[in-house]
Amino acid sequence: MLELFTHLADWMAYDLFSLEKETKLAGAVHFFIEDTTKIFFLLAVMIYIIGFGRSYVSPEKVRVWLTGKSRFTGYILAALLGALTPFCSCSSVPLFIAFLSAGIPLGVTMAFLITSPLVNEVAVVLLGEALGLKFTLTYVGTGIALGIIGGFIIDAFKLNKWVEPYVWDIKMPVPENAEDAKGWGWREKYARGEAIDIIKRVWLYVLIGVGLGAGLHGYVPQEWFMEHAGADNPFAVPLAVLAGIPLYANATGIIPVAEVLLNKGVPIGTILAFIMSIVAISLPELLILRKVLKIQMLVFFVVFLFLAFVGVGYSFNIIFGG
Amino acid sequence: MDITVLGKGCSRCESTIHRIEREATVLGVPVQITKITDEVEIIKNGVMTTPAVMIGGKIVHSGGIPSIESVQSWLKK
Repeated sequence: MLELFTHLADWMAYDLFSLEKETKLAGAVHFFIEDTTKIFFLLAVMIYIIGFGRSYVSPEKVRVWLTGKSRFTGYILAALLGALTPFCSCSSVPLFIAFLSAGIPLGVTMAFLITSPLVNEVAVVLLGEALGLKFTLTYVGTGIALGIIGGFIIDAFKLNKWVEPYVWDIKMPVPENAEDAKGWGWREKYARGEAIDIIKRVWLYVLIGVGLGAGLHGYVPQEWFMEHAGADNPFAVPLAVLAGIPLYANATGIIPVAEVLLNKGVPIGTILAFIMSIVAISLPELLILRKVLKIQMLVFFVVFLFLAFVGVGYSFNIIFGG
Repeated sequence: MDITVLGKGCSRCESTIHRIEREATVLGVPVQITKITDEVEIIKNGVMTTPAVMIGGKIVHSGGIPSIESVQSWLKK
């Protein structure tokens, strides 16, 4: 069914704009039209469908589900729920305090906070389109595993001392849920609202990302990538992760670029490590968390994710490099 | 009518305020919007996901931009 978008791009690039086939410009324009139309279609449809599922979970419910669980169950459940539960990054501090004040261990709380931004529906839809099912599942599995491992380490090393002390004293009143009667009408409206809201927020990044991808696709020769980011360059993985740290806001835009990188022969581990670094490590969000976490914890957080992503990059290059 | 919007000034919080102001103008209801941006204050009001809306000391919405229908229903009360 998605060939429809290839035909649309064929028609627009070669007939409407009368571009000569096989030229660099035609290749770039064709890529841009095909990818933008396909991505917007997939985002609208998939986020609408996923929205129904997401209407059953909320951070408030996760808090209830995680309260009183054993640590072991807690890490796994928190990371899994983190993958499913959306929350605006500006909610991370209230959410953090609310989890701790319910007696949820710090490691379990952090497992949720690590996985939630890493595995989100926009990234999953775009990855599925760009890299296929196998690598998308690998990405999701890795994101959940990193949350579990990160949470476990934080508790194992008793890093509670790196939480600002005042946080432990805050008592949160039991939230009253105003919208409890949730029928299908409500879920449909929620799903539709999510799809519209997300597309409104990401459309520009998608255009920029696909534009960049189209430029790379059409104009940068494969040899350039092989030389700089190919399997033979042992520093490609750490450099990709480092480069991803300041590139936060373009998370949506980078996945269309990833598709081109893969086609140009950049190994998949390097690409996944790069994407994870962009999606998960964001300096503005870390600064928001400074309100509740001491600077040591933020440094630990960044170092852990950096090492984890580099490890992920090298391992997947070996596993899938064959 | 006094309406409090809780949230740390992200774009969704701003959108929530704009939506309330717009619907209030349409319905001709005078509103006074107060913002709570401090996370600890937000938590003490029983809110963990923002933006949230509080009217008459009661949280009527949390965790996203409220729908136009919800905003209208608050203003008509």
